[in-house]
Amino acid sequence: MPFKHKNRMPPVVGRLLYSIAAIALSLVTAAVVMLIAGYAPVKAFGAMLNGAFGSANAVANTLSKSIPLMFTGFAFAVANKAGIFNIGGEGQLYLGALASTVVALALNGLPRIIVLPAAILAGMIAGGFIGGLIGFIKARLRINEVIVAIMLNYIVSLFTSYVVNGPMKAAGSMTAQSEAIAGTYLFTKVIPKSQLTTALYLGIGFAVLIYFLFRSTRIGFNIRAVGENPEAARPAGINIPLTTIGVMTFSGMLAGMAGVTEVLGKYGRFIDGFSPGFGFTGIAVAVLGANNPFGILLTSLLFGALEAGSMKMSYVANVSTNMVMVIQGLVILFVATPEIVGQLIARRGEKSDG
Amino acid sequence: MRGITKRFGGMTANDRIDFQVEKGEIHCLLGENGAGKSTLMKVLFGLYRPEEGNVEINGQPIGQMSPRLAYQLGIGMVHQHFMLVNNLTCLENIILGNEPGSAGVIDKKAARRLVQELSEQYRFDLDLDAPIRELSVGMKQRVEILKTLYRGAQIIILDEPTAVLTPIEAEQLLAILRGMRTQGKTIIFITHKLKETLDVADRITILRGGKSVALLGAAQASPEELARLMVGRDIAFEIEKPPRGQGDVVLRVEDVRLLPNAQATVTFDVHAGEIFGIAGVEGNGQQQLEEIIMGIGRSRTGKLLYRNADLMEVPPRARRDLHFAYIPSDRLKQALLSGFSLEDNYLLGNQYDAQYVRRGIVQKRYLKTCTQRMMREFDVRAVDSLQSAGSLSGGNQQKFVLAREVGKDPPFVLACQPVRGLDIGAIRYIHSVLLRLRGEGAAILLISAELTDIFQLSDTVGVLYKGEMMDIRKAEDFDTQTISLLMAGKKGEEPHAVQA
Repeated sequence: MPFKHKNRMPPVVGRLLYSIAAIALSLVTAAVVMLIAGYAPVKAFGAMLNGAFGSANAVANTLSKSIPLMFTGFAFAVANKAGIFNIGGEGQLYLGALASTVVALALNGLPRIIVLPAAILAGMIAGGFIGGLIGFIKARLRINEVIVAIMLNYIVSLFTSYVVNGPMKAAGSMTAQSEAIAGTYLFTKVIPKSQLTTALYLGIGFAVLIYFLFRSTRIGFNIRAVGENPEAARPAGINIPLTTIGVMTFSGMLAGMAGVTEVLGKYGRFIDGFSPGFGFTGIAVAVLGANNPFGILLTSLLFGALEAGSMKMSYVANVSTNMVMVIQGLVILFVATPEIVGQLIARRGEKSDG
Repeated sequence: MRGITKRFGGMTANDRIDFQVEKGEIHCLLGENGAGKSTLMKVLFGLYRPEEGNVEINGQPIGQMSPRLAYQLGIGMVHQHFMLVNNLTCLENIILGNEPGSAGVIDKKAARRLVQELSEQYRFDLDLDAPIRELSVGMKQRVEILKTLYRGAQIIILDEPTAVLTPIEAEQLLAILRGMRTQGKTIIFITHKLKETLDVADRITILRGGKSVALLGAAQASPEELARLMVGRDIAFEIEKPPRGQGDVVLRVEDVRLLPNAQATVTFDVHAGEIFGIAGVEGNGQQQLEEIIMGIGRSRTGKLLYRNADLMEVPPRARRDLHFAYIPSDRLKQALLSGFSLEDNYLLGNQYDAQYVRRGIVQKRYLKTCTQRMMREFDVRAVDSLQSAGSLSGGNQQKFVLAREVGKDPPFVLACQPVRGLDIGAIRYIHSVLLRLRGEGAAILLISAELTDIFQLSDTVGVLYKGEMMDIRKAEDFDTQTISLLMAGKKGEEPHAVQA
């Protein structure tokens, strides 16, 4: 049938506009929910906005909360370009955080110029190892990456939990956490007394790097080709197993970076169970940001703002901080659902073709 | 059918078409791909609802047609893709959805009697107890036809029925259709093949670009006239194929096992300046051969020699470095990234070429220039080089693939079903490009299920059946009859030549 209507992927700008509309819609829906529950939505949103952007400190707080999300968002987006669903960001993040902690503690005493890069690198390598492992299992043993990644999430996070409950537990500490890393080895604060560190610049740097990778390089092209149509990529000379393992390693490294920025930017040590699911929220961030690195910067900022504003919303308008999770859920619902429906329609169209 | 108009988006697939079929005739609906034949028939069968126009059966206007109503009115349709349940028997498939009997109990005896009668009446020669999966394509098609008859169809629509058949099976089908006509059935036969149209039709309606351009009796039609009406301009039938001398062996397939249960292995040579045609019904090892040559699949035995170097264990990338050109049998699935721009698609397979990618960085401006130049040279019609590959028409997609693949003097070309689904104009263009490459000394392996393709282009022909090479000869030493027999696995009515 030559008349088949082809779904052309809308350009990135279009998809971002689409995301913005989805966000607006979810805020309106959240307002309705608040009204029904007897809260004052205008006041609540006002407080939230104030809490997220009202002062220099509020902005710093918003930005710092967005940092781990942008990295897990990058991690998901990069793998997704190759058609791989990396739901293992959480495990990669934990091992990355642990590795950077171990290295920073072990090299204690050496100059900062050596220790900080070494700790960052160690975190990326550890995360990359988990990602690469998933890629290897997918490419060589042909096991679905989602299952492997979810299982590895448990294994890795429980392993890190064991480590800080046992061998690496800080002496005399009540909670499960490692010793504190010396302050000189941590990221520099951009605004004193806030949690915003220079890790933000790393995030922006990686966004540029990823953008360039997919726009202009052969490796980026090969990854995209594998994601679009592996059957056509293979005869074109692209090594699919190698690409899969490579892209998953890179994805894992980015997720590992999320862990690194938390340890070396916020806590200064490894705390058991520190991540409130950054690895999973990163999926939403990436989807909402249309898998575009700059889009992801924006959406991670949005999620950071929701997070940062929720406290103020809670004590000014008396709305539970859980409302933020409702809003996040609605955003995901409004963004992901049309996408899924669109894919289903495209699939049906292919079947009835001919 | 009067004034039928059907639009898809901005595309008018049927534009005020009048179509009239008389009882007891075989009426061919002739047209190129995309002329609107299938659409028109789907409107008749109630699968599509037209924007304008109406359908009348036996003078009765029908308000809203649906497949169910169509069956009640005695219209049956045999689609290109069979809708059969593989692990049920013929009989079970035929009665499926219309089982005789009462209270949920199937009266198998009555069913068998009914179906048997029909089968004999029309000389279908079917084993009713054979499971569908064991039947050949031709037999499956008969089951589909019998199914429509069982449901009481008086008017039977066949959508490109011969596309999947061997020449012999096609002959047999035409004979069955003639038999059905003498029994008073009305047959609408959708096709783009001229020969069978003239063979079997009483009257012919020709569609072009969604319009009905002619209605004529088969008796006064000539192939030249039909082709002119179909395409809208004159078409030369014969293409020029200059003689050539035998070149060196470029590719040698040696002792390769194509199918796991094949009794013999396959060996042949493709020479420089030669088109080696592989004839055969699809599914007889062509796909495996294609994959082995491109390094996607492997054979446990044998060698794949390119100028004496064995490529069997070498990954696909090496073929790209040797500038192999590859036109896969399924262009959308194996050659194109349908959501990507034409420029990105042009890069696919060229990304290890230093001209296009330097130090890992894609040379965008150069890529754009090359893409646009090739599109002009090969007459690929698109809005611009940033259009997505999936939005091109089939003919333009194929020209694009051809442009990309043969652009840099390939020493070897693997062309699989290169003209499948294309219209006459595009077919001729692709033939001419292959012949040009042959003239330039490329070794070309052509795998095609279309005998016309094979005969028009090939210097040497091999016939593939169940993973085995039945025979290899010079093209002029084959005739349609022998080749058809070989394609059906029948060997040895005459002494056969050894390898050419």
